[in-house]
Amino acid sequence: MAFEGLSEKLQKVFQNLRGKGTLSEEDVKAALKEVKMALLEADVNFKVVKNFTKRIEERAVGTEVTNGLNPAQSVIKIVNEELTELMGSEVTEIAFQPGKAITVIMMVGLQGAGKTTATAKMAGQLVKKGKRSLLVACDIYRPAAIDQLKVNGEKVGIPVFSMGTDVKPAQIAKEAVAFAEANDKNVVILDTAGRLHVDEEMMAELKEIKETVTVHQTILVVDAMTGQDAVNVAEEFKEQIGIDGVILSKLDGDARGGAALSVRAVTGCPVLYVGMGEKLTDLEPFYPDRMAGRILGMGDVLTLIEKAQESIDIDEDKGRDMMSRMKKGKFDFEDYLESMRQMQNMGGLAGILKMMPGMGINAADLESQVDEKKMKHMEAIVLSMTPEERRNPKLLNPRRKHRIAVGCGLDIAEVNRFIKQFEQSQKMMKQMGGGKRHGGLFGGMGGFPMGRGPKFPF
Amino acid sequence: MSFFDRLKSGLSKTRDNFSNVFTANEITEDFYEELEETLIMGDVGMEATESILEELRERVKSNHFKKCEDCRGLLKDIIIHRMETPENAYAFTEEPSILMFIGVNGVGKTTTVGKIAGKLKTDGKKVLIAAADTFRAAASEQLEVWAKRADVPIVSSEGGADPASVVFDAVSAAKARGVDVLLIDTAGRLHNKKNLMDELGKMNRIIDREYPGVLRENLLVLDGTTGQNAILQAREFNEVANLTGIVLTKMDGTAKGGIAIAIEQQLGVPVKYIGVGETIDDLERFDPVQYVDALFDRKESAEPLFMNGSDTEDTDNE
Repeated sequence: MAFEGLSEKLQKVFQNLRGKGTLSEEDVKAALKEVKMALLEADVNFKVVKNFTKRIEERAVGTEVTNGLNPAQSVIKIVNEELTELMGSEVTEIAFQPGKAITVIMMVGLQGAGKTTATAKMAGQLVKKGKRSLLVACDIYRPAAIDQLKVNGEKVGIPVFSMGTDVKPAQIAKEAVAFAEANDKNVVILDTAGRLHVDEEMMAELKEIKETVTVHQTILVVDAMTGQDAVNVAEEFKEQIGIDGVILSKLDGDARGGAALSVRAVTGCPVLYVGMGEKLTDLEPFYPDRMAGRILGMGDVLTLIEKAQESIDIDEDKGRDMMSRMKKGKFDFEDYLESMRQMQNMGGLAGILKMMPGMGINAADLESQVDEKKMKHMEAIVLSMTPEERRNPKLLNPRRKHRIAVGCGLDIAEVNRFIKQFEQSQKMMKQMGGGKRHGGLFGGMGGFPMGRGPKFPF
Repeated sequence: MSFFDRLKSGLSKTRDNFSNVFTANEITEDFYEELEETLIMGDVGMEATESILEELRERVKSNHFKKCEDCRGLLKDIIIHRMETPENAYAFTEEPSILMFIGVNGVGKTTTVGKIAGKLKTDGKKVLIAAADTFRAAASEQLEVWAKRADVPIVSSEGGADPASVVFDAVSAAKARGVDVLLIDTAGRLHNKKNLMDELGKMNRIIDREYPGVLRENLLVLDGTTGQNAILQAREFNEVANLTGIVLTKMDGTAKGGIAIAIEQQLGVPVKYIGVGETIDDLERFDPVQYVDALFDRKESAEPLFMNGSDTEDTDNE
């Protein structure tokens, strides 16, 4: 992975800062350099970055380092808050016309941004809200664009209105609205051709559509991989056509999606949805806080902590007890079983790793690394032990191991390997000693079957 | 408007930025900082920017330059030198060859295949197109339109077929018919999707196996507006199918395409074609001098790119 988590980098910056009560201007400047780099690597527009870091600086200098947060965490907290603020604090939804009135939505964007796909995906989502949509093929230029919309429309079960490639888009839009009225539809989504924001003729076409029919919502589709140019595009579309919302497409790649921030900063328009995959169901609401974490390479820490809190039904004492035993290297198979089950409650190891900072968000890669089947095997091994053996792993002699192998139906070699791994991680934990705040949750990881050993920046 | 003019007008925003930088007089730290900003705004990326500036500093020093104006030619030289296309870059027009076009979704692969088919056909080559994008709705229909425009035959299959089988058929057909150039259009795929990348690797191996010794080109088609993620794209694609070149598309907007400099810097994959519009003639061989000239030539007063994150100002500060 090309990116190192920002939190990790900041930890380094602040390494020599322990014991300081407040953050000095110099400390903050050094940290902000890292923040700046992280934002630029994420393709956030340079000017936005400049403004942004200035604001952080004002807030961070003189901040007291208390409440259990170390300097790096304090800065991250401020950065995260500001970033979330900048991206809009809440999930925003499309504003529909009240009652039975038809809402006309126009999709606009550059070529290849993913308008046609987003159009179909959105219509599919709106069904759940009880909307009856009509898709309208206004892209009369790209070869087979109409076919693509038709195929996608069929897949999500939404009718497509088209008039071929010889009718002007404004005319098509007009007749489509009339058709929607006659056929009891309440949402009309116009899929327009991709166009460059500097192409006057094509921009005039969008204006013409807007003059011919009442467009209630104009949505700009932006590729999450867009670089510094995102601001130019968004600004031009906003100035010339006016936009009400943004869809960020192709976020299932490993692009950090800094374009979202740039576009939001320039236009002030909310990001409504993000496209998360090839399937037509892969359109999700936009969560500003999660996006903030992604841009900074911090993973979805907040969601992770939330989930962890939900799923751990052990009370704090038990957790603390487990941790103190771990520090002493007295972590046994029962603790192991317990933490493994907690993990499963949280969506499995792959699910957790996806939300972890510094890991990148490469789901496919993770899934291939984390063999859930092997995890099951391990569980089977532990379950084939007697409670005594679980509490006291030292009891495990060859005879007992053999019995366990028979009991769980696995090869004796596999049982041996697992026990050895467990002993190693026990040792490791003893060495690591204190300071691992999340030890109770992830302590048992040493024995998990993973290809590469990722570092946990906790 | 000529091709060059279009590229120039497309790149004008970048050029304006650069031009402004050079109006300062003395070479100061501020000057370098501004230069850095300008390069980053052009998507050149941190690493390449730093390396370019380092080289510039050194050469400014050894040449005893004092004026910013002198830096201009030097900076141009540095970038042109880095972006030079290797001599044998277009050998595929001389001997039987197979060109495979790969890239993420929506970068313009199909359009590029159509344009290159048209060019080669005009040059009197025997061209065959393979529609190996069996995934995207109506992708092969789109390619068929291009094939018709270019007047070249096409090998395709029903939607949902295994793209590797299309490649196999196309390679067999190319051999049997004595085709000069086979152009393979592949489905857009994100470089972090393992299955799709494996599929690409499979297609790549099939060509090697079925037509050993044929000249191979694996061209990464890259949207000119793409930011730093393009480096990851290039790296991943390079791993499964050794990249021999880049086609930079959609360069007629305000995008700077500076990412090509970053990729050259990190992976050494040269740009071979550059696309500035929708018609067949809008795809040209990449000329680094023209590209860099278009970046730097002409002095104009630039409008501010955008004011600032103004909507942040009224948000509350705790």
